[in-house]
Amino acid sequence: MIYGGRIHHNKRHYIDWWLTAFILLLMSFGLVVLFSAGGWVLVKKQIIRLALGLMVMLFLAQVKPEKLAGLTPWLYVLTILLLLAVFFFGYESKGATRWIKIGIRFQPSELAKLVIPLMIAWFYRYRILPPDLKSIGTSLLILLIPVFLIFKQPDLGTSILVAVSGLFVLFLAGLSWKYILGGLVTLVSAAPIMWLFFMKEYQKQRVLTFLNPTQDSLGSGWNIIQSEIAIGSGGLLGKGWQNGSQTQLDFLPEHSTDFILSVLSEEFGLLGVTILLLLYIAIILRGLYIASQAKDTFNRLIAGALTLTFFVYLFINAGMISGLLPVVGVPLPLVSYGGTSIITLMAGFGMIMSVYNHRKLLKS
Amino acid sequence: MSGKQIKNAQQETRVFQSRIVASVLIIFLLIGIIFVRYFYLQVIQHQSLLANSEHNRIKTTAIPPARGFIYDRNGRLLVENIPTYRLQMIPEKVDDIKQSLNELKQLVHITDDDIKELIKKQSLNRPFKPLIVKNKLNEKELSSFMVRKHKYPGFKAVPYLIRHYKYTDILAHVVGYVGRINDKDLKRLDKKRYKGSEYTGKLGLERFHENQLHGFPGSLTVETNAQGRVLKTIEKIPPVSGQDLTLTIDIDLQKTAYDALGELTGSAIAINPKNGEVLAMVSKPGFDPNDFVNGISHKKYNQLINSNQKPLFNRSLRGGYEPGSTIKPYMALAGLYYRVINLNYSMFSKGYFQLDNQARKYHDWKRGGHGLIDIKQSLVQSVNTFYYQLAVLLGIDRIHEFLKPFKFGELSQIDLLAEKRGLLPSRQWKRATKGKMWFPGETVITGIGQGFLVTTPIQLATSLTILANKGIYIKPHLIKTENPELTKLPFDIPESYWDVVHQGMIGVIHDKKGTARSIKNNNYLTAGKSGTSQVYGKKEEDVYNKNLEIPLHLRNHALFIAFAPADDPKIAVVVVAEHGASGSKTAAPIAGKIIDKYLNEILIQ
Repeated sequence: MIYGGRIHHNKRHYIDWWLTAFILLLMSFGLVVLFSAGGWVLVKKQIIRLALGLMVMLFLAQVKPEKLAGLTPWLYVLTILLLLAVFFFGYESKGATRWIKIGIRFQPSELAKLVIPLMIAWFYRYRILPPDLKSIGTSLLILLIPVFLIFKQPDLGTSILVAVSGLFVLFLAGLSWKYILGGLVTLVSAAPIMWLFFMKEYQKQRVLTFLNPTQDSLGSGWNIIQSEIAIGSGGLLGKGWQNGSQTQLDFLPEHSTDFILSVLSEEFGLLGVTILLLLYIAIILRGLYIASQAKDTFNRLIAGALTLTFFVYLFINAGMISGLLPVVGVPLPLVSYGGTSIITLMAGFGMIMSVYNHRKLLKS
Repeated sequence: MSGKQIKNAQQETRVFQSRIVASVLIIFLLIGIIFVRYFYLQVIQHQSLLANSEHNRIKTTAIPPARGFIYDRNGRLLVENIPTYRLQMIPEKVDDIKQSLNELKQLVHITDDDIKELIKKQSLNRPFKPLIVKNKLNEKELSSFMVRKHKYPGFKAVPYLIRHYKYTDILAHVVGYVGRINDKDLKRLDKKRYKGSEYTGKLGLERFHENQLHGFPGSLTVETNAQGRVLKTIEKIPPVSGQDLTLTIDIDLQKTAYDALGELTGSAIAINPKNGEVLAMVSKPGFDPNDFVNGISHKKYNQLINSNQKPLFNRSLRGGYEPGSTIKPYMALAGLYYRVINLNYSMFSKGYFQLDNQARKYHDWKRGGHGLIDIKQSLVQSVNTFYYQLAVLLGIDRIHEFLKPFKFGELSQIDLLAEKRGLLPSRQWKRATKGKMWFPGETVITGIGQGFLVTTPIQLATSLTILANKGIYIKPHLIKTENPELTKLPFDIPESYWDVVHQGMIGVIHDKKGTARSIKNNNYLTAGKSGTSQVYGKKEEDVYNKNLEIPLHLRNHALFIAFAPADDPKIAVVVVAEHGASGSKTAAPIAGKIIDKYLNEILIQ
């Protein structure tokens, strides 16, 4: 392949202005909401994280996809090793072991969110598509080992996200609808088995609470009820910035992290929610556009799968805080306060940007 | 492209593009669902969820009113509210509730059962709602907790007002006590008015005048956070304190009456006959009402319940006694009123009375009799034969008719609950309750206040005020009122009839033959009458014999009624000394002390 057919693409620094602009807008909106929920102290820390995330994005945007592909198997092995290390040397907090300390506290499952789609995309890079049964089996194995390790930590939210990001690669690779439907049917019928043999008591509790929040209105149902009250009481235009009583008076749990969209809904109403959804749609459409413009299988698969995963974050978070889905602990992407997920997401956008920067230049 | 030749790039691209399109469609569908959900919550459910959020935020709590104080007739404080401390715990702030409570056992008196109870309660409570660990900490408990309180986060000594009875046994049966509101109380109380209140009157005046004493709660509307912490006050409506009560009781006289009873159990009541004000009302023994305020311990309660002196029994209101000879003045009046005797009537007492055609002898207390006796002397010497005969002359129907307006067998309607009705027998009553006809012999003994007659001390006192007032009845009461209601007897009794009876009663104390000469006071004239109430059915000849030698609990009850000054009565006194054996020897001196104290000391001041 010949690069630099057009001079202006031969600059030293590559950047996708559309994507960057949408992301910055979303981040700014998020900071405004976070200020209301957590005050200046949290906003300052969040700005540092976001800035770090932007740097990671811009750095990865410069890395050639070929280089990334070459590293992928090694990254995969490293991820599996780190996940195993969590098992043996993990750092326990709130009944779950998700962290290890290598200098800083580090959560290997976050790495998995990026590496697993990379690995499956790498696996299909030269294979004939759509995938045949044998390759599907192999890719599911690649996927399920880390998913299982994360699920056992236990971290249901992340294991779902990792599984979904891997499955998106298969979907984009052209996995036959027949298999997709078959998989969904299997999943539904496997649910009772999961319930009986694999789910932890607290996970079952979350599902039960989701099905009937009023039953435990002072315990775990409290969160959902208070969140729905926050969202609903916001109405069309909201109670105004820093005026959400549910948030300001601490009725809303976790209002800086998982439930930050409830804060936004209470203070900015349906109008704020709509603006936020539009920003997400813009980012997602831009991501999918980049994927469609990618130069090869590996590139289009990672750009597409990472974008879709980003959407899943949004869907699960917006669904769980409004009572559509059980509470599984997924943050609102780029808006919720918290470090690791921002870095992971921004790394993902870096890769997407790299795909765009190194797209087929001579096409048409 | 490097790699396998068979890869069909165009087909792959087409599949990929179609998947991207499918993704976009699915994404729009799912975002649509999200949007619809938010639309549903924020537009359709908006009003009700907004109401929920207001309800979350705004909390209104009741501020209980301070209970009214109680004063005696001279403004001396009898019952007040004093600040004290209770130990509270906020469960969510305590790490290990069981362990903390077990440690606190060393500082504060709590039992293992209390701890069990608390742990049970705590599991039913919102975690930020405080729970009472122990009420009414004593000084030692308070100080030993305060110096170590940093070790017990979540525990707090909180001040509150507690009802305090300055006079205990002396006044217990009059003021009663307050106690914690229980389910039974809640049924009769107005729940709105008792929001936030912990106590309500359970007995005595505290119960009867609950409505005045309690007051009206205020409210505090605050904005709170989810932990229940108050962030700001929105509105405060102060409570209206309960009204104070000023009693008619003179606490000094009350104390005198209590002390005068000495070791005896019984009742002493003093009333101002002119206005019905109860000056003293004692039922002995008493008890300490303070024990009941925060729930009495089982041990203490069992002691009270099982004591054979029955300290919780209000003898003044509920003790049933035969009036004995104290009925005689009323019988004399009845005889005059129905003209079966006249003012000059006299009869010869030969020592016993016999009904026609009956062998049974009804004896005088004096062997051989008293000789020729007129109305006055019949009272002075308490001549039984005079009244046996008089009763027969009157007949039970007229006795019943005459005594009823004097409140015999009636309730005094004093402002206390649970007064017991005495019994004024009649033919109809006997037929209805015993299914038997009335026998003449029963009329005979009714003449000296025995047989079926039952009175309570408060009823005796009420009758006495009517007698002292020469026919004017005023309901006895314990709270000062400006214009008590006066009622006249339904029949007119000439002044001269009253006078002769009063003269007879004066003679009981001032005549040289009077049965209660010992209590004579030269400063004023006292009119009185002694009486004896049988404890169990002895043969009539044993009634007046050797009473002082038989065991205490078998001795008869001693009664004395008196008013003074006889020509202008300011005080009427009834004393019932249980097992006092002799009305004139035991009960009369007690009445004498009360009258002396009132007329010679209290009224002089």
